[in-house]
Amino acid sequence: MISTPAIEMRGIGKRFPGVAALNDVSLVCHAGEVHALVGENGAGKSTLIKVLSGVYQPDDGEIVVDGSAARFRHPVDALHAGISVIYQEFSLLPERTVAQNIFLGRELARNGMLRQAAMRAETRRVLDMFGAGKRIDPDALVVDLDVASQQMVEIAKAIALNAKVLVMDEPTAALNEAECRKLFETVDALRAHGTAVIYITHRMREVTRLANRVTVLKDGEIAARFETVPQPAAIVRAMVGRDIADFYAPFAQPDELGATILAVRGGGNAALRDINFELRAGEILGFAGIQGAGRVALGMAIFGALPFETGAMTLAGESVRFMHPRQAIRAGIGLLPGDRKGEGLALMQSVRDNGMLTSRALGSLAASHKRNRFADLGRMDALLDRMEVKAASYEQEIRLLSGGNQQKAILARWLSLEPRVLIFVEPTRGIDVNAKARIYHLMRDLARAGAGIIMISSDLPEVIGAADRILVMREGAIVAEHGRGASETAIMLDATGEKEAAA
Amino acid sequence: MSDQILSTTPKAAHTRRLPQVNPVYFILAALIVAIILNNPAFAEPAGYMNFLKRAAPLAILAAGQLYVIVSGGFDLSVGSLITLVVVGSSMLLNNDPNATWWVIPVMFGIGLAVGLINGLVVCYLKVPSLIATLGMMITLNGFAFMWSGGAPRGYLPDSFRYFGRVNIMDVPLIRMLPVALIVLITVGFVLNWLMHRTNLGRMIHAIGDNPRAAQLAGVPVNRVRIIAFVVSSLSAVVTGILLGGFAGVSTDVGTGYELQAITAAVLGGAQLLGGRGSVPAAIAGALTLTAIFTLLNFLSLPQPVRQVVQGLILIVAVALAMYRRKRTGQ
Repeated sequence: MISTPAIEMRGIGKRFPGVAALNDVSLVCHAGEVHALVGENGAGKSTLIKVLSGVYQPDDGEIVVDGSAARFRHPVDALHAGISVIYQEFSLLPERTVAQNIFLGRELARNGMLRQAAMRAETRRVLDMFGAGKRIDPDALVVDLDVASQQMVEIAKAIALNAKVLVMDEPTAALNEAECRKLFETVDALRAHGTAVIYITHRMREVTRLANRVTVLKDGEIAARFETVPQPAAIVRAMVGRDIADFYAPFAQPDELGATILAVRGGGNAALRDINFELRAGEILGFAGIQGAGRVALGMAIFGALPFETGAMTLAGESVRFMHPRQAIRAGIGLLPGDRKGEGLALMQSVRDNGMLTSRALGSLAASHKRNRFADLGRMDALLDRMEVKAASYEQEIRLLSGGNQQKAILARWLSLEPRVLIFVEPTRGIDVNAKARIYHLMRDLARAGAGIIMISSDLPEVIGAADRILVMREGAIVAEHGRGASETAIMLDATGEKEAAA
Repeated sequence: MSDQILSTTPKAAHTRRLPQVNPVYFILAALIVAIILNNPAFAEPAGYMNFLKRAAPLAILAAGQLYVIVSGGFDLSVGSLITLVVVGSSMLLNNDPNATWWVIPVMFGIGLAVGLINGLVVCYLKVPSLIATLGMMITLNGFAFMWSGGAPRGYLPDSFRYFGRVNIMDVPLIRMLPVALIVLITVGFVLNWLMHRTNLGRMIHAIGDNPRAAQLAGVPVNRVRIIAFVVSSLSAVVTGILLGGFAGVSTDVGTGYELQAITAAVLGGAQLLGGRGSVPAAIAGALTLTAIFTLLNFLSLPQPVRQVVQGLILIVAVALAMYRRKRTGQ
């Protein structure tokens, strides 16, 4: 690996009006290595990648490809130089086959006839190159593939274009555990094949698993550079400028746990069967499991959005039956949805309006929007201040905020109601490290104040780090219970069922 | 991701603030100047008061339509509801000026029923509002024809036409004050308050923005949506009563008003498919549209040109709104 780097960025600077997005950033990636680029949201990762891929022109510095300086005026220039970027949003046509997608715009033809067989064969060759050939049929429609396989098609498309440098922008954001593992194997195969991979992430687990080198960006500058992969704590410290020790809040002390606040007996519906569990006041109860195991369905059932059809539920000792979220909310249950954009935010409305939405919804229709039983504008502002929501103004449209700040604003929606049970679904998906820590601590604060917290998350380390007790779900049922400090392996064995785990 | 850096820069914040002064007000001001240059008499009370009187029905209709647009739908049934109100009133009144006091509440009852049915069909039968209200439009047109037997009877008594036609004279300063303008101001105030100062208004915005998120936040989505349709229908009844006052009775009195109202709301910056809109700006949009028609009149352009212009305005207004939206972010 002493050879010329496949790609080198030297002293890159990029200024936008009023802000320096990048300042003297250098990054080197050799063929056959994975270079992890980490940093919080807004640290400048995406700007750097846009410079590398020709979307932005750098104000300072230069890009060197295979030893010679290059200038990309357009993304196509970068593509020709062998640099491919796989963004979080895929660029595939869903109703076309894998082969058609890979040859999109450069179809092989002879005498005006498409050479279907040749394109299919080439597709298979490229897929085999990183071991995806068995999993993906060149004739399959993209829409029929799972997200991980779609991502592999996207990778294959880049390789078919002779990409020497492959940039992956948070590739696991939309993947579940099993799909992540597939992706990691793909990255391993790419490395073995001699591709230089720049891998953007803020998940430490992925850095440890994949990277050869690590570069940490913070506020548009290099905060740290590691030639070998260090302990995750060192990376996180460089990312956030503080120690990881207080990342998770402490677990509940025995005297902090109160009476049972929520109990489900024999709950079931189309997605769930025989659900039995109890949640105590002051407790954070984690639900682990693979995608589709029924964890979200359970949250929605408790919340009345996908009601239980059988069984019984008690809330603070009283028998309840919720057929609609409004009933659950009135009784003191809140739910923070996992799909923030799809289920949580009213994007065009202000931060304040998003925060006040639920308390307004419980007020009378013709009453003033400025104050209600639970909140008024002043108190909502104070709540947003306390959670350190960063916005130019709380009258700003919420779509302009970062994911973490959006999440805090939605959380404010529930905090103002002081719910007895709050269900968090994927509470930290796609938000930065500082906001994550903030949310873990908020969860603990709520629990200390006497609420029962249900935490549903696909991020296993976070469930282990934040929950006092963990229930594992599989195929719509609760299959195991773990205490605090359980091992990831033990939980995964329960989540997947022993047979698959052994394979 | 790091585009978020951009959105917090002072420059970006500045460019985002600019469109906050709604461009419709500038357009309206420019048009009024153009009209005055063409016809100086417009600057006299008789000129602008008659203009406001003529614009009042559309302005009220646009403010009502805005409720449905912001909630994420369309209400195409208002035009034929106007026709039904005018024709139905003339049938019920039967030239008896003393019947007005009960005919008007009956009309509001009909409006309430139409709005409820529109809302219920959209909410519970899951028919897209465009189709549901298109069906209602055809149905109501049929009713209006059936009721009048195809040949609407004569005229409406003065007691009914009072709201649309009469000017209160000898008012200090402005000399004359059309009753229609008083109705517009009253309705405008109520609808502005309901949309921008109450829980209901915020929830209408929320369900138009993201119905699923609103539902999971506890918003009674169906109830709010039905209310939006009822508001639109009731505003159509008011419009019908005003139009009956100066347009007379015919079976096409309301034709085309639904699209004019949508155009006016969009001119006022309302977001088609919901989530954003302003009552004063929708009213300004209606005044703008009326001003354009007035100007075309001065230029003695024929009626078909008016339709061409209206169609183009709708397209341009939506295109501009989309462009503004793209420029200010996703």
